[in-house]
Amino acid sequence: MFETVDQIFVIAKQQLLVLLGFAPYWVLQIISSLVNIAGILGVFLTLFALISLFERKILARFQNRYGPNRVGPFGLLQPVADGIKMLIKEDIVPRNSDAVIHFLAPIAMVVPTMLALAVIPYGNGMTPFAIDGGILFFFAVGSATELAVFMAGWASDNKYSMLGAMRAIAQMMSYELPLIIAVLPVVMIVGSLSPDAIVAAQGRYVLGIVPHWFVLTPWGFVGFILFYISALVESNRTPFDLPEGESEIIAGHMIEYSGFKYAIFFMAEYFGMFAISGLAVTLFLGGWHAPLPFLQFIPSYLWFFLKLSVLLFVFIWLRGTLPRIRIDHMMMFAWKFMLPMTFACVIAAAVWHYASGGLYGWFGSLLVLAVAFPLLTLLLKTRQNLSVRTYRYAE
Amino acid sequence: MNSIAFVIIGILTLTGALAAAILPRLIHAALCLVMAFLGIAAFYFLLGAEFVGLAQILVYVGAVAVLIVFTILLTRREQEDVHIPVNWGGVLVGVAVFAALFWALLKTPLPGVQGVEIITVKQIGQVLMADYVWPLEATGVLLTAALIGSLILVLEKKAR
Repeated sequence: MFETVDQIFVIAKQQLLVLLGFAPYWVLQIISSLVNIAGILGVFLTLFALISLFERKILARFQNRYGPNRVGPFGLLQPVADGIKMLIKEDIVPRNSDAVIHFLAPIAMVVPTMLALAVIPYGNGMTPFAIDGGILFFFAVGSATELAVFMAGWASDNKYSMLGAMRAIAQMMSYELPLIIAVLPVVMIVGSLSPDAIVAAQGRYVLGIVPHWFVLTPWGFVGFILFYISALVESNRTPFDLPEGESEIIAGHMIEYSGFKYAIFFMAEYFGMFAISGLAVTLFLGGWHAPLPFLQFIPSYLWFFLKLSVLLFVFIWLRGTLPRIRIDHMMMFAWKFMLPMTFACVIAAAVWHYASGGLYGWFGSLLVLAVAFPLLTLLLKTRQNLSVRTYRYAE
Repeated sequence: MNSIAFVIIGILTLTGALAAAILPRLIHAALCLVMAFLGIAAFYFLLGAEFVGLAQILVYVGAVAVLIVFTILLTRREQEDVHIPVNWGGVLVGVAVFAALFWALLKTPLPGVQGVEIITVKQIGQVLMADYVWPLEATGVLLTAALIGSLILVLEKKAR
């Protein structure tokens, strides 16, 4: 019974393919892919509509006001109203802009984020695009968004958009390194780049009760936090939303976009958030596995989306709480703290591996991190160095 | 099916590469070059070389293309519209290189397509870490030296 509920989508897809069994093999392959694509788009477009509402609601709670509550019950139809508004808005293209690139930029922005969503295991046997190098695929397509941001900033022919694009590329390139290296310990321990294998490695329960999630090991915990900070930067979220920086450069690379093109940028940002949070769930939070053995009767995909929504809530929580960080602080943080710390994480994971886990592994890797962290803060002299700003390019 | 995909990807790649060579605005040329890079990655996927294809996207689209674009951006804009006459020497060198490569390709005995097993990331890792560990380490040292060298260049500029 529970297994049927758990596998209901997989079975439904198989039934559909059996019904179409008369078609040639390549048609079936295409249909199978199309079903997966429709599934991803359906789920995540709904989630996008929901989060655009809930983000405003939650932020409103943080700021002690009501938030959208006029359209439909509890404001639930607000995303529909927003969508219609975006669709019927005039599409303004600046006269001096490069019209073709201006048009292509939002598309080049949203396609990689959708592709990145394809390799994440959403449930037991529910990976839309299961390839051997799934993690590598994620980062390969993710790196293409930098170019899209540049296209948007350059084609708009606007100083603010160009500045925004430069900022975005600078911070995305700087934090891509800690992001990828923070993944490395997990890949090292599991010995595979496939998301399915990584989720399978976290399926056990230690002593029959504690889940064998990587976030519960010293290297995994530190790696998760480093990954999450880098994820915040990569998706341009507060406190790292300098590329948008409303008070300084209005909306950065999106300044010359209106109507539906702007909505697509907005969508790409949220899809990027879903993808990178989904990867965090897969790598560190045990994927679709239940946190306790007796909770396994709840379908796997529900667990995945529950964990995903917790991470998304933290994204919103941080947005409601933290002010924007200064760009030199952010860069210094990336290169002087994040990067060495991720390397310490890799070493801690290696210690864990050679002690073959257990108590020795625990204490060994904890020791590595406990030495690395104070050493880094001491060497950096964070308090002294961060107070003075030097202007190198803007005199 | 594969041959249809081959033709489509081939046309797209060649169009991208040609456009990169002849388009007057540098940014357009750079973006068309990205299209050619993506086409080459698609060829790797078609051949079952998953890892090489992904590395191609990660390195060429994610890093090299951004580097090219930044270089164009930081140079002056006026230089873009200068009309450059056709460089016949360059054409000659291009044709010569193409002819040499084509000749070499024709001469090379190609193994049969059948029976080529798909190599996993794990196998590549094992080969790199066992058989080719010294070349790998040497490359690492070389890249580190290049990194430090570029840093020193930047630091000198600041001190002046």
